[in-house]
Amino acid sequence: METQKTALYQLHKNLGAKFVPFAGYEMPIQYKDGIVKEHISTRTHAGFFDVSHMGQLFLEGDETLTEALEKIIPSDLKTLKINHSKYSFLLNKDGGIIDDLIITKTKKGFSIILNAACKDNDVKQIIQFLEKNHKYLLTNDLSLIALQGPKAVQILERLLPGVSNLKFMTGNNFIYDSENLYITRSGYTGEDGFEISIPNKKVEKLVNFLISNDVKPVGLGARDTLRLEAGLCLYGHELNEKINPVEANLKWAIAKKRKEDGGFNGWSKIKNLLTKGSEKIRVGIKPEGKVIARENTKIFSSDDLEIGFVTSGTFGPSVNAPVAMGYLKSEFSKIGTSIKLEIRGKKYGGKVSELPFYKKSYVK
Amino acid sequence: MSEKKFSEKHEWVSLEGEVATVGITKHATELLGDIVFVEVPDTGKSVEKEGQAAVVESTKAASDVYSPISGEITEGNKAIVDDPSSVNNDPEGASWFFKLKFKDKSEFDSLMSKDEYDKFCKENPN
Repeated sequence: METQKTALYQLHKNLGAKFVPFAGYEMPIQYKDGIVKEHISTRTHAGFFDVSHMGQLFLEGDETLTEALEKIIPSDLKTLKINHSKYSFLLNKDGGIIDDLIITKTKKGFSIILNAACKDNDVKQIIQFLEKNHKYLLTNDLSLIALQGPKAVQILERLLPGVSNLKFMTGNNFIYDSENLYITRSGYTGEDGFEISIPNKKVEKLVNFLISNDVKPVGLGARDTLRLEAGLCLYGHELNEKINPVEANLKWAIAKKRKEDGGFNGWSKIKNLLTKGSEKIRVGIKPEGKVIARENTKIFSSDDLEIGFVTSGTFGPSVNAPVAMGYLKSEFSKIGTSIKLEIRGKKYGGKVSELPFYKKSYVK
Repeated sequence: MSEKKFSEKHEWVSLEGEVATVGITKHATELLGDIVFVEVPDTGKSVEKEGQAAVVESTKAASDVYSPISGEITEGNKAIVDDPSSVNNDPEGASWFFKLKFKDKSEFDSLMSKDEYDKFCKENPN
């Protein structure tokens, strides 16, 4: 398959982006300033991210659509208010995570933001539950821009008055240059900010406005360090089809009512795990010193029993220390537990740490 | 100090008496990006030409640093272990990786000159 490019490809090039292939797209991993500066400028000012490779799926239908989606998504979609969003997942029959997503109630149905690498399969999984009168569209006409950082709100308010009224995990329509934008207050960095769904033909104009307000472009490299500091999962690393939400320490994302009433893929298994606990669980990990525990690093107990593995690890520029996430046998998952990390054949000390590593500042 | 010579794996070497100083090139740091971890060899360790001798990690990935010539390590640069980001600032000066007592000067002589290395980088941009 030919590599795809987002509508901003040329602009990224002009900004000095280094590209990497990611989920079938040519995406910027970093720009001229580099990952650490991009990370810090997002935390102290604001950064923008082109995440147009992600899936934007629009579903239309009556209450039978809500019922259909509840069979594969464990959110309480029936009581979700228009323009409100939830973090959730698509589950397989064993309760494994097919993808994690943000679902928003719209006037005509729902919109769902999906991971780029999963989106085509996600649609296949979802449409198995749809009925004839339900419509769906995975659009290629819209770009998605994340604007993140403490200054995001005041900058975007200048362009689109009213965005500052949005609460975290809610959205609304805004008119920009005679086109409709859908903006949610959300993100993937641990900072306040927005995700802006915008027609491809207008995205360059919007981004040029951001650049003129000193918003720096941020690539996938800093997106990863930011989300890791914020303790957020990345599909394909912390999450996959063999991991369920209890193991992923994401049981908070399953609605209380759904935990009790079930009626979704994998419920019997998940219900059982909710009572008994899972054998392994996702944790935060702080290696001692400066050593970085990358993905697949083996984790040992203080008496050298193999107890888990790392799923993501990097240097956290705002924490100013290495940070990691991984899975540990549940009996070793208590915060503060001493562990050992095997890196290049040597064992280094570390501790099970609280998540997030970096404190969030969402506007509630 | 003698002239600097360069390897295809983006290390530089300079000689002073019987001791060679080894580091990574500015071009290497530009490819790596922000350097966040460094491991240097212990004093007394023997290294072979093109053998793994040190580790450098950026926010993106971990890479091995090879010794362009054989010998016995006399010193690892502790300053870059304590402050890995200093390698980005002065890779071909204060932020050298290790010094070694070399065995065979011909290994040094066979490395690339500055001009040859610059040409090599142009032809092999990644």
